[in-house]
Amino acid sequence: MKFLFDSDTWQEIYGSIRKNKVRTIITIIGVLWGIFLLVVLLGAARGMENGFNKLFGNFATNSVFVWTQSTDTPFKGFQKGRRFSLNTNDIESLKSEYSKEIRLLAPRNQTNNLVVHNFKSGDFKVSGDYPVLDQIQKKKLIYGRFLNKNDILSIAKVAVISEDMYKRLFDKNVMPIGEYIKINAINYKVIGVYEPSNTIDFDGDTAYIPFSTYKKVYNTANKIDWMMITAHEGTNIEQMEKDILLTLKNLHKVHPDDERAFGSVNLGKEIGKVTGFLTGMQFLTWFVGIATLIAGVFAIGNILLITVKERTKEIGIRRALGATPKSIRQQIILESVFLTTVAGMLGIIFGALVLFFIDWKFGQGEDAALVNPTVDIPIILIAFVTLVILGTLIGLIPAHMATVVKPIEALREE
Amino acid sequence: MIRIEKLHKSYPMGKDSLHVLKGINLHIKEGEFVSIMGSSGSGKSTLLNIVGLLDEHDEGNYFLNGQLIKNLNEKKAALLRNKFLGFVFQSFNLISYKTALENVALPLYYKGMNRKERLKVALDYLDKVGLKDWANHLPNELSGGQKQRVAIARALVTKPKVVLADEPTGALDSITSDSVMDLLKDINNEGMTVFVITHEEEVAAQTKRIVRLKDGLIISDELTKAVKAAKAV
Repeated sequence: MKFLFDSDTWQEIYGSIRKNKVRTIITIIGVLWGIFLLVVLLGAARGMENGFNKLFGNFATNSVFVWTQSTDTPFKGFQKGRRFSLNTNDIESLKSEYSKEIRLLAPRNQTNNLVVHNFKSGDFKVSGDYPVLDQIQKKKLIYGRFLNKNDILSIAKVAVISEDMYKRLFDKNVMPIGEYIKINAINYKVIGVYEPSNTIDFDGDTAYIPFSTYKKVYNTANKIDWMMITAHEGTNIEQMEKDILLTLKNLHKVHPDDERAFGSVNLGKEIGKVTGFLTGMQFLTWFVGIATLIAGVFAIGNILLITVKERTKEIGIRRALGATPKSIRQQIILESVFLTTVAGMLGIIFGALVLFFIDWKFGQGEDAALVNPTVDIPIILIAFVTLVILGTLIGLIPAHMATVVKPIEALREE
Repeated sequence: MIRIEKLHKSYPMGKDSLHVLKGINLHIKEGEFVSIMGSSGSGKSTLLNIVGLLDEHDEGNYFLNGQLIKNLNEKKAALLRNKFLGFVFQSFNLISYKTALENVALPLYYKGMNRKERLKVALDYLDKVGLKDWANHLPNELSGGQKQRVAIARALVTKPKVVLADEPTGALDSITSDSVMDLLKDINNEGMTVFVITHEEEVAAQTKRIVRLKDGLIISDELTKAVKAAKAV
């Protein structure tokens, strides 16, 4: 290994690299391009993945939503096409029957109403909710607080509004908390303002009022529009969804095979589809990246091979002057390792710069397409080491060829 | 220094083989200045390549400095070349991207001498061939005669036992040829064995012993007139 730290060795390599600029540059570009693409592709894929994760970030992904439609099968004396609603009794039944599986359950009632404040007004969604909603679908509050248990118990006329609603209903620099807004001719005290969600959101700009207040004001009795159910960690959500639907069908005298009576969405399943897509994309990224790397390595080998042919005479001279095959081999291999190393490092640097640019250009703000596009350092190191090793192996071929010919044959080369 | 006994060499040419050297016997003592004469195809270059360990012989014995040369691997051959032999080629064979000084220093690099020392030694030898001022020029900035003198300096720098010159004046005009031959004479006068291959009578006449080859055999081996005259005195 002594030769590695010998300034003469490097002097020789520097000499031959500097002399053959075109060759050096082409080699470097070949490898640089390979590792650059790998870094950028992996980084972009990661950024996309992060983007999706952020999209689902504020939402409990193991959630199921259930609502009612109309039956498609006659059952127990009922005609098909019967309409019916979920009710609060269903909630109690589900809660007791699936206490092991269900972590959170939010029954919801929603409607659209004109919302008025002083002389400003707008048509917004009004939603009767329990405080538990905040756990399923996290609300970021700018001012005040979300609904709490007391609001429900006291049937308080309070509302939590969105930032957008606040901007449209209130003058600038007016503190909304404690102010009153009119919904359907009833005054509600604003107790909180929340930021719009940049992730999946089923509500949009909604005025949240206590479930009990909604029930009283809109006279919904026991009826519920729909519900959100979040399962405990480790629960088989698809099974839970099926079981819950079956229970509900039983409660509402719906045929067990009725496909239309209940609508439901399993968020986990939907996300699973996206995740599958991401996995596929990652595989593709790896495949393309590695293929490019290999192509780069072959490019080096090819160029080195040409080089050796070009340099046969020089190698012949060196051998006539007393260069051993080992020293020739060392020089050529070291040259290829040196070039791959430099090119690889440049590739990593340029790749990182491009990722930096992508992050700066597309990765900022609320609706960023690529979030935090990064590559794991171990992955890059492995790719890098692989590249250098392959470069060495490929470098061995021309190095070997350069030393098997008799020196006189090498010298005759013109 | 060099002893060759019944040396044979043939090259495969398709199915047949071309018998180039057909039993050469030659003995060159230390300090001799020998020229090998012959027309092209006479086998003189092949002989030099074998003597220079650039090629292998088929049959016969070759002793270099008393050592039998047989079944050499390339590593040993390289070490022997570096230690005992210096080469001067017709086409100079300088490395184009290295300066005159670096070219001269190259054999010392393979000898394992450190850079500072070998550049110093190389400069001494460039001075000896009168090219000290051209040390940092690339070969394409030098004339043919200068190139050949650099090559001679390179051949001498390791203090070899034998200098092998293959048509050293073949690519030069007559004036520069003479200066190159003078240089070789000087080297010989300092005690170095010099072995020249040429097809020019004038060049051969400046050496001390002429060996004539024809069709792979030695047809004559005699001292030159100048030497004979000197001996007669």
